[in-house]
Amino acid sequence: MIRSPRLRPYISFFRLRFLGGMQYRVAAFAGILTQFAWGAMNLLLYTAFYEADPTAFPMGFEQISAYVWFNQAFLTMFMLWFLDADIFAAIRDGNVAYELVRPLDLYRMWFVKNLATRTAKVVLRCLPILVVAVFLPAPYGLTLPVSLGAFLLFLLTMMLALVLVVAFCMLIYIVTFYTMNPLGVRIIATSMGEFLCGALIPIPFMPDGLRRVVELSPFGAMQNLPFRIYSGHLSGAEMWWRILLQVFWIAALILFGRLLMAHALRRVAVQGG
Amino acid sequence: MIEVSHLHKTFRVARRNAGIGEAVRALFRREYTEIHALDDISFRIADGEMVGYIGPNGAGKSSSIKVMSGILTPDSGSCVIDGCVPWRDRRAHVANIGVVFGQRSQLWWDVPVIDSFDLIRDIYRVAEHQYHTDLDELCDLLDLGEILRTPTRQLSLGQRMRCEIAASLIHRPRIIFLDEPTIGLDAVSKLAVREFIRRINRERGTTVILTTHDMQDIEALTERIILIGRGKILLDGALDALKAKHSALRRITVRFAPGTPSPAARPLPDGITLLSADEGRAEFGVDTARLSVSAAIECLTRDIDVRDLAVTGQSTEELVVSLYEEFRI
Repeated sequence: MIRSPRLRPYISFFRLRFLGGMQYRVAAFAGILTQFAWGAMNLLLYTAFYEADPTAFPMGFEQISAYVWFNQAFLTMFMLWFLDADIFAAIRDGNVAYELVRPLDLYRMWFVKNLATRTAKVVLRCLPILVVAVFLPAPYGLTLPVSLGAFLLFLLTMMLALVLVVAFCMLIYIVTFYTMNPLGVRIIATSMGEFLCGALIPIPFMPDGLRRVVELSPFGAMQNLPFRIYSGHLSGAEMWWRILLQVFWIAALILFGRLLMAHALRRVAVQGG
Repeated sequence: MIEVSHLHKTFRVARRNAGIGEAVRALFRREYTEIHALDDISFRIADGEMVGYIGPNGAGKSSSIKVMSGILTPDSGSCVIDGCVPWRDRRAHVANIGVVFGQRSQLWWDVPVIDSFDLIRDIYRVAEHQYHTDLDELCDLLDLGEILRTPTRQLSLGQRMRCEIAASLIHRPRIIFLDEPTIGLDAVSKLAVREFIRRINRERGTTVILTTHDMQDIEALTERIILIGRGKILLDGALDALKAKHSALRRITVRFAPGTPSPAARPLPDGITLLSADEGRAEFGVDTARLSVSAAIECLTRDIDVRDLAVTGQSTEELVVSLYEEFRI
């Protein structure tokens, strides 16, 4: 664990949030069941398509299976619509005042809170799904990674994708300082984002023109990247180029978020008496 | 040392009348009203002072507190607190201040109070030994004890407010802003909170800036008051001097046997005014500069079956109401 005193407050926030998130065991259990059902339904659908015309498939069936199971196991880590209601409430009713009288960086504090809730949720849910998926018969199960290198890069890009997702969510929070009502931005950003990041169908399945744009956008660098690296669907120069793009989008979204927040705090009044 | 000079802050508020037609109209043409929350505010507060900041709702009290605690940027003017400009050096500045917003909570709702305290300790990087000594002292003075291990959501308002105040003192701030700290508290809790604030000011030399609508708070705690109305400072001075200026007035309440003639019915001498009268009770104002209290009592109780008699000075509350009237706010 990092012992730097400068980071201590943020680590405490992470711990408190993480422990808080670990409390909801029944919710996690229900979630796991739902995700099994959902994953199975998805695979049945792809089976039907695959049997109709295997040559029209942009991915191998085992690669699809890995994608679907990862998608379900890490759902709570990458879902764009999962936003912190406390933060919206704090902005709306002015409780953000208490967060602003702390000698802390508000952007970093909210970022850490989001990382913590997502991590806590995924820790409770991912293992049962992954374990069962490994033991499912081929080609419906989760195969082992194509190589150790691919596995390590999978872990790395997973973490980067989580950071990118949170950096994107931060923009939605910050925009709420201006609009006050989070609903509009939230619905558009999350429903479109959910489709574009490949949570509904893997990005390779999208029509060519759309796919090329999406793959250059920040959405293309979210969950779809690690899942495809794991199964070997992405490798070599193309993979490295995409990892670079992922790092670029992280830097860009964080920079933009910080600038926007600095402007919001200068301009916007804290609500309520 | 707090030095505030010529602060201005204007808010634009969109207003419309009730009704669907008006709402549709407001979509296209919105009418804004400008509200001068702060209109040329200047004052200076020395270290260790205890200042009551009073004024009616919407006068600009909270806005001033927000500017001084770094969460609101004024349109113009300056504010320097111990060498920091609050909104520019926010993080450096807030490490030295404590803030209690009486209407909000800084404690985490679902966890025991002590967890919130621990987190605040980490936020301000308070040394472990100092934290323990201070926590023991705070618990002792505010009688927290068992409360610390209770989740915030299960505390009564009085218990919660005591915890809020303790929470804002964990990092030993040099200045503490209390925005309506006694709002909604019962008499016992109010007394405990006041006693505690007095002690912190006396023993640690903490500068206290207090906004409140409770005049007993002001009376019990502060020597200096700043009266603000419509964004302007109307008055800045010692509470005692202010009271002395207005203290020539006394109020005499007479209760008498029902059915007997009321003292309100008789001609009153110069210096006595009838304030209110009903069956068996009458209230008079006496200007002691013109008529002594004993002469007034003599006059009012002659030939009357008096059941009860009370002489009261003007309360701070009435003083403030008369100030509001004087300044028409």
